[in-house]
Formats: sequence, C-alpha cells, structure tokens
Amino acid sequence: MAVKVIIPAPLRTFAGKNDSAEFQASTVGEALGHLTSKFGDLRKHLYTEEGKLRSFVNVYVNDEDIRYLAKENTPTKDGDTISIVPSIAGGAGETGEA
Amino acid sequence: MSARFQLWLGHPLTEKIREHGEATYPHECCGALLGHDAELAKADGASEETRRVVSLLPLSNRNGDSPRNRFSLTAEDVRAAEAAAREQNLEVIGWYHSHPDHPAKPSEFDRLHAWPWYSYLIVSVQRGFACEMTSWRLNDDREGYTPEQIELDELHAKNVREAGAVSNGFLG
Repeated sequence: MAVKVIIPAPLRTFAGKNDSAEFQASTVGEALGHLTSKFGDLRKHLYTEEGKLRSFVNVYVNDEDIRYLAKENTPTKDGDTISIVPSIAGGAGETGEA
Repeated sequence: MSARFQLWLGHPLTEKIREHGEATYPHECCGALLGHDAELAKADGASEETRRVVSLLPLSNRNGDSPRNRFSLTAEDVRAAEAAAREQNLEVIGWYHSHPDHPAKPSEFDRLHAWPWYSYLIVSVQRGFACEMTSWRLNDDREGYTPEQIELDELHAKNVREAGAVSNGFLG
C-alpha cells in the first residue's frame, strides 16, 4: 500500500530536495524506515543514536498524532499521508534530553 | 555546508523581537520567522542563498516549568505557524527566542532540539533590556552551529509596510 511522506522544508536538503516520497508500507515505522533507508542523511535528524524518534519530532498520519494512536506501529493504508512536524524548544538552560 | 549565511530583515522587525523579549522578561519569549528562502544561481555556477524575514508570528511560551531559561512550542503551534505562513505565500524560515540574563548564544539545550536549515534568532535580555541579537544555523552534522549574519533591510521593510502586508496580528 502506497503512503506519502511529506518531508518538512528543513530536511529536504537531506532528501534530494524532494518535498515528499511514496513508499509501500503497512505501518508508520515501516514508512519511516524506508524513508531513512533511501535518504540516510535524514536519520540523525529524526532518530537518536539509540534509534528512538527524537523527543521533538512528531509524526502525523493524515491529521492524527501517532502518539495518540499506536506510535510507530500505527497502521497505514493506501493513500495515507504521513507528516513530520517538529516541536520547537530551546532556551538558555544547558541540559536536557532530545 | 556553506560557511556563510545571511538573514535579511527590517529594523522594525528587530525592534519587535526586542520588545517581545522585554515584555516577557524574566521569561523567555518565542515566535516564528516568516519569509522567503531562495537559492539563486550565480554566473560562476555556484549558488547563493537569499533568506529574508517578511513578518513575525509572536507565540506563547508553552514551557510552564522553567520559562526563565526554557521555551517550547508544540507541534500544533508549528503547524499553525506553517498555515499562517502559507496564507501569506511565505514559509516558516526560522524561530526566535530570548535568553533572559544570558548571552545571545545557542545553548546545548538549543542544539539538542534544533534542525538544520532553520534560522534560530536569539536576543539577549539583560535586566529587562534587550541587547545583543544573533542568529544561527545548526550544522548538518548536529555537532554545532554556524553564525548567521543579520542584515538590516530597511528598504524592503518599508515596502512591506506600504503594501499593507501587516495585518491579522502579524508583526511586519
């Protein structure tokens, strides 16, 4: 089943300047796996070294945040659109986990 | 990666950012930079990036635990900022925030939560008064930042105001 992954503007330079890519995938995790296999430079901006999605990286299937679904196991169906949206954080303090 | 970045914006916009930082002091302020980013081909075959802020979208700091040295915006805030930018035929090219009583330098916490490409503009607010303003881009390897030169763009800012582009709560 083909799902479309929208690549956010800041990451397009790591994805051959594409603004989207389509993959055959039955879950969100599978689609993102295909995405980061095809565009390896994307990986470090989406995942920690331990392979977990970075805390500020949010993923939506159509308009649903996967945190409130089955996270990366959220099933996808033909025609779904996956969006990657950062939450923005920062500040003068020095410590924190991403 | 290019070692030299420039961020063009009008002096009135820099004043709005300073005022925002002073208004929320001792808490951090934050907001979106809306504008254009274009890669122009040069005669010698190289390309040159031109990035210009056209308007600001001031946002509320969602960090309720430590707003004096942290700011946060939700994914929904980001989606709303992207929608607001699209309405003006612009895009979100970066984010601004203040560092109350700290220098205008990105912190380790900033680095851990950043993406390349975005401009991260920081204004230092010392004892309630905005002072140094800097802008930065995260390096592609996520290991550090490259400073971005802030270029004041008086003529463009004047044209934007005269064209009536300031509306709907946007600061331009």
